[in-house]
Amino acid sequence: MIDLAVSRRNILKGGAALGALGLGSGILPLRSALAAPLTIGIVYVGPRDDFGWNQAHAVAAEALKSIPGVTVVEEENVPETDAVSKTMESMIQLDGAGLIFATSFGYFDPFMLAMAEKYPDVQFRHAAGLWTDKNPKNAGSYYGYLDQAHYVDGVAAGLATKSNKLGFVAAKPIGTVLLNINAFTLGARKANPNATVQVIFTGEWSMPVREAEAANALVDAGCDVVTCHVDSPKVVIETAESRGVKTCGHNASQAPLAPKGFITGAEYKWITIYSQFADALSKGETLPNFVRGGYDKDYVQNTAYGAGATPEAIKAADAAKADMKALKPIFVGPLKDNAGKEVIAAGTEHAPYDVWLEQTNYLVEGVVGSIT
Amino acid sequence: MNGDSQFSIVLLAMLAGAIRVSTPFLFVSLGECLTEKSGRINLGLEGTLVFGAMTGYAAAYQTGSPWLGVVAAGIAGAVFGAVHGYICKLPKVNDIAVGIALMLFGTGLAFFLGKPYIQPQAPRLPSLPLGAWSDNPQLQTALQINPLFLVGLALALLMWWAFRNTRFGLIVRMTGDSAPAALAMGYSVDLVRFLATTIGGFLAGVGGAFLSLYYPGSWSEGLSSGQGLMAVALVIFARWNPLACFGAALLFGAAGALGPALQSVGVTAGYYFFNAAPYVLTLLIMIASTSPKRALKGAPGELSITK
Repeated sequence: MIDLAVSRRNILKGGAALGALGLGSGILPLRSALAAPLTIGIVYVGPRDDFGWNQAHAVAAEALKSIPGVTVVEEENVPETDAVSKTMESMIQLDGAGLIFATSFGYFDPFMLAMAEKYPDVQFRHAAGLWTDKNPKNAGSYYGYLDQAHYVDGVAAGLATKSNKLGFVAAKPIGTVLLNINAFTLGARKANPNATVQVIFTGEWSMPVREAEAANALVDAGCDVVTCHVDSPKVVIETAESRGVKTCGHNASQAPLAPKGFITGAEYKWITIYSQFADALSKGETLPNFVRGGYDKDYVQNTAYGAGATPEAIKAADAAKADMKALKPIFVGPLKDNAGKEVIAAGTEHAPYDVWLEQTNYLVEGVVGSIT
Repeated sequence: MNGDSQFSIVLLAMLAGAIRVSTPFLFVSLGECLTEKSGRINLGLEGTLVFGAMTGYAAAYQTGSPWLGVVAAGIAGAVFGAVHGYICKLPKVNDIAVGIALMLFGTGLAFFLGKPYIQPQAPRLPSLPLGAWSDNPQLQTALQINPLFLVGLALALLMWWAFRNTRFGLIVRMTGDSAPAALAMGYSVDLVRFLATTIGGFLAGVGGAFLSLYYPGSWSEGLSSGQGLMAVALVIFARWNPLACFGAALLFGAAGALGPALQSVGVTAGYYFFNAAPYVLTLLIMIASTSPKRALKGAPGELSITK
């Protein structure tokens, strides 16, 4: 059975080294003085080197591989369907995984939750802020609040634009994406009250031709700064750069892709979280169910400013970063959505880690676009 | 903005989208058209397209010349076509099954070999500023045309003319319509089909190079998302006529641009539906153009799906 699993993975990913590692631990379990040997399974929705979301995870997950006694098995390109259940099940059954990291939004409900109930001895962690105490106790969430970095992006973009029209290529209208769009818009309009943000949803996490079309459509509509929330922002950033407009990045650093127009970008620092997990594991501790943070905990950051950032944009963005580190709330009432309905009453504010933020199901005033 | 200018923006965006997005459809469908005219179906062109995209990107990155990338992609595509052509001439081989196998093999191999090329930036193909006469920046951008698009157009014309007016065209058509007739005339059916499939693969590979080297202009595993398969369906829609293939490719390109273009002018509701436009179009065309009572007009008689 182990041989079968190893050869399957070899074929799937060409991970010869990984295969050898899996085989080695199957025959001669590595023992550590501190902790029992542990196999960690990591599931990705796309390729590990996509210049974006999956890469940000994969690079950071390297921290786990250095722990003695820990074996890491990975599988890429796992769709958010029943396929992920099969992947998790095979990691548990064939590779003996005791901890699973499910790194894509759609893995959580129902797939990961069902697996967590089926395998109460296996720990499951999901990269989004979805876990609540009603869910199985062997499941959990870890998440970086990228909206804070998108807010900083927005502040810089609001001051770098000349047309006052900013463009946002978004994948799917789910809470985290909407939160980023809203934070970007609030940042832009704080720095420049005349700015509006035009959003185009592609409907898929990765759809290069449509993303390029969306970026072109935004530029044609007059946007002179384009940013995005898709799994691999490479196409959007390159297309915008070739059209001569400025860009803000997402997920990982895209600065090298846009030498002329790059302003800054919202980046995760998963390494902080995975290192903390690695520390806890090597001490034999169990992982917390719910881990989340933003600028103050060093879970997110902004890419170094590029040529597209004007001096006043840099100054304002630096001030915004300081605000984020000081846990200054972004979502402060009175706030209306883009249909004119009040979403936050005057005098109310939502702190940076308020669960309310994750339930974002509206677009703030100043966004041109709709969710449905 | 008033309604008129919004409408013209969408129209312009669809024109621009048609020109930008149609080239891979065009090359794959021309290649498939040639293959099917000779009496064989190559469903593997999706795999050839993806493999061509990867090879083109890798070759352009390694050599620094995007045009060498295009040539490399074409050669890689031709190899895939030749493999298909060779296997299918063996006795009792089903060309559809081989095509599906090669499609999966091509995509898988491209993903496997393409890993190191996801991150690097390869040089892009240049474009010709054919809109320089206009002072409308949107129109100027829409008419930034890649030479491959023009090559595709010329090729469509050439094939259309050649099928009717040349000995070569006649042989291909005869092989496709009646293998016994071709044999009686002294032509090797297997050789004609082998060459037609190989050239078809070459064209699909070039189409792939357009994807990775021009638009969207980067190699990634989601690059094609079924365009090669849609192009095969498009050949049937175009009734095996190369000129109609050109029109159909433009139509599919425009349909793909519809979703983002509508959202950019503020028609934001129902974008899932508009994004599905190319696929809905494929279905509608298939339903509208088939009849249980007769074979499709223009269909090569030897084609295994129409026999």
